[in-house]
Amino acid sequence: MNWDLIFTQMFSQAFGVQAIVFALAAIGLNIHFGHAGLLNFGQVGFMAAGAYGLGMTVYWLEMSFWLGIVIGMLFCVGLGLILGIPTLRLRSDYLGITTIAASESIRLFVRWRGNRGRTGASEGINDFADAFYKYNIFDKPGNESYNFLFFEYRANTLWVMLVGWTVVILCVLLNWQLIRSPWGRVLKAIREDEDAARSLGKDAYSYKLQALMLGGVIGGLGGMLQVISKQSVQPDTFNPVITFLIWTILIIGGVGKVWSPVVGSIIYWGLISALITLMRELLGTSLGPSLEKYLNLSILNVDQLRFVIFGLALMLLMWFRPQGVFGSREEMALDDR
Amino acid sequence: MIRRLAALSLLFSLAFLLFAPSPAQAQEGQSFEGQLRVEDANGDRTPVEAVVLTVEGGDSVATNEDGQWSISVPEAGTYTVTLDESTLPDELSLSTTGRSSLTVDIDDGKSRRVLFSLTSGDSVDGGTSSSGGITGRRVAQLSVEGLKQGLYLAMAAVGLSMIYGTTGLVNFAHAELVTWGGLATYFFNYYGLAGMIGFLAPLPGPLGDGIHLVFAAIFGMAAGGLMGYGLDHVLFRRLRRDGVSLIAQMVITIGLSILMRYLFLYFFGGSPRSFRGFTAQTAIDIGPVQITPKDLIAMTISIIVLIGIGALLTFTRIGKAMRAVSDNRDLAESSGIDVQKVILTVWIYGGAAAALGGVFFGLDQVKWDFGFRILLLLFAAVTLGGLGTAYGALLGAIVIGLVINLSTLFIDPELKNMIALLAMALVLMFRPQGILGRAERIG
Repeated sequence: MNWDLIFTQMFSQAFGVQAIVFALAAIGLNIHFGHAGLLNFGQVGFMAAGAYGLGMTVYWLEMSFWLGIVIGMLFCVGLGLILGIPTLRLRSDYLGITTIAASESIRLFVRWRGNRGRTGASEGINDFADAFYKYNIFDKPGNESYNFLFFEYRANTLWVMLVGWTVVILCVLLNWQLIRSPWGRVLKAIREDEDAARSLGKDAYSYKLQALMLGGVIGGLGGMLQVISKQSVQPDTFNPVITFLIWTILIIGGVGKVWSPVVGSIIYWGLISALITLMRELLGTSLGPSLEKYLNLSILNVDQLRFVIFGLALMLLMWFRPQGVFGSREEMALDDR
Repeated sequence: MIRRLAALSLLFSLAFLLFAPSPAQAQEGQSFEGQLRVEDANGDRTPVEAVVLTVEGGDSVATNEDGQWSISVPEAGTYTVTLDESTLPDELSLSTTGRSSLTVDIDDGKSRRVLFSLTSGDSVDGGTSSSGGITGRRVAQLSVEGLKQGLYLAMAAVGLSMIYGTTGLVNFAHAELVTWGGLATYFFNYYGLAGMIGFLAPLPGPLGDGIHLVFAAIFGMAAGGLMGYGLDHVLFRRLRRDGVSLIAQMVITIGLSILMRYLFLYFFGGSPRSFRGFTAQTAIDIGPVQITPKDLIAMTISIIVLIGIGALLTFTRIGKAMRAVSDNRDLAESSGIDVQKVILTVWIYGGAAAALGGVFFGLDQVKWDFGFRILLLLFAAVTLGGLGTAYGALLGAIVIGLVINLSTLFIDPELKNMIALLAMALVLMFRPQGILGRAERIG
């Protein structure tokens, strides 16, 4: 058993690029669900909108990367409008079904072969983020990697992490200020009792639409960071399971709290990588053959346990501790409105 | 809490037990496979659907919507694989004329790719529009395909809609009941009634050896009903008792869906499989349309079953109770109906019907996520028909089946599932209660 490997994996994943991406997406979902009470099952659609807004600007329109960031955010605002205008008046389970359908439609549409010239269809868009890496302050000649204690990072990864955590902290601060503002208080009032908020003259529909767009843009930033770090936009990375991973992360951290999405993401990625690395290590020991015989566990399917574990975690958390690790039960707006 | 956890883990260890020996054993047997595609002037490859391929002395299959096909053969040896040129779309032909039959060797336990290359007469439109014009024959063929898909969808949609009607729960895990039915049938079909539990495999007859698909399907339905029973008894009954809100229950069904789906992948593996011992089938002509006998039989059975479900709901005591609970739960309860029992019955019937739907969808191929792929079509069907109404779900499923298949007259088949989702969005905008739903405030 190589415990060093397990711990380095745990810490590097807990603060790695994936944790940042999902923290951003969960901050967006927290605005939707935690603050406004919107049941958005299509957060991955906003991530895709951001990622493709960026990728298509560079690949199809052949314009600058930085303009692409802006267009990606505009795509998210547009998606929020398209989704919100027809569905925000409906009951929440209808909103859930419509949003998951919309996110899946986006995936089907961008991978359609007729869009090859625009979105790259199923092959996606590659090598579009050179402008981002040009400003890498960690860049070393010969593409050497950095070593801290047990950790080893490539210069590009460090750069993505620095930018990513900066964006996460800015989004959390923005979220914190917004929720304390009159706007945030109205949003919470709508979540608690829409009719009461309406009777005080607040336009609930417009507030919910604004929340949907704002959370969508933050989710879109997560999608952009995801594709920048991989230097590639792939349609099938934006499948509906990702949305529910974001939900799990949000619920782990505690719905409605400002820091909870970040904490949830760090906990999830840390624990799951430690667990999977532990399983891989166990397979290498003398226990390996019996694990393979009785549980069918092998190096081929050990990664699928990740999904089994997070599905189970989502069920059990929702049942026994819907407020998550740090949340309070009062903030969980789960009654049927 | 300990008891609930224990019960939950029991349910899933049961699932583990059923699947435990699968991957190693299920890999045995050899098959030919391939993907039929045509390349146009831009270099884009379009899958070709519904072309019939036959192995000499073995089965024949039609390519699915991705152009993929796979035929298992009983033993290693040399076989002739034939592509039926009359089933090719009119504008396509084989690149080398007359090479519609290929002779290939296959080794024990291997799968072998067999390639046929196709060319299209004129491919100026860049592959963006559907193949072929609008001819009466195409419309008829697509209508039959649509009716087929609609009937199969209806099998699963009824349960989804009735569970919503009686409990108010949108069950995202319903698609996994479809997959469960298909997989359970596959295992009965291959290993008999007890053979999937490793040490019982050497038993003779129906216990240790495979059984005919028809009987396997009956046991598969029983397994579906059992799963429905288990889910309600172990999970959802307790959630209702604990007063867990419907939204939280809905998120729990999502977790359950992911858990079940990846357990299927974990134990069943990622590759598609086909049912065994299905006699050789070439498509037969009925008037202008072509259809394989197995699809014809499956469609007939599904019509009979759907009529049966309709009769059950309309004439029997339990069916009336189901509709009463759907209409007004409190009123039903106060008139002496045992609501919990009715809900449990809905779960059992819903699970069994979904399992049968899984068998029908699985006639092409069984895969760990083939139920999930139709989940959004199911939602479209039940929303279109009216959430909570059983008859609406039947109607909605058939409409969705027809709409998406006929839409390929005008658009690329790759986008046909999007049409279903668009149809659903339009319905929600203009008639949110669906075709047969009762108008009530849902906003």
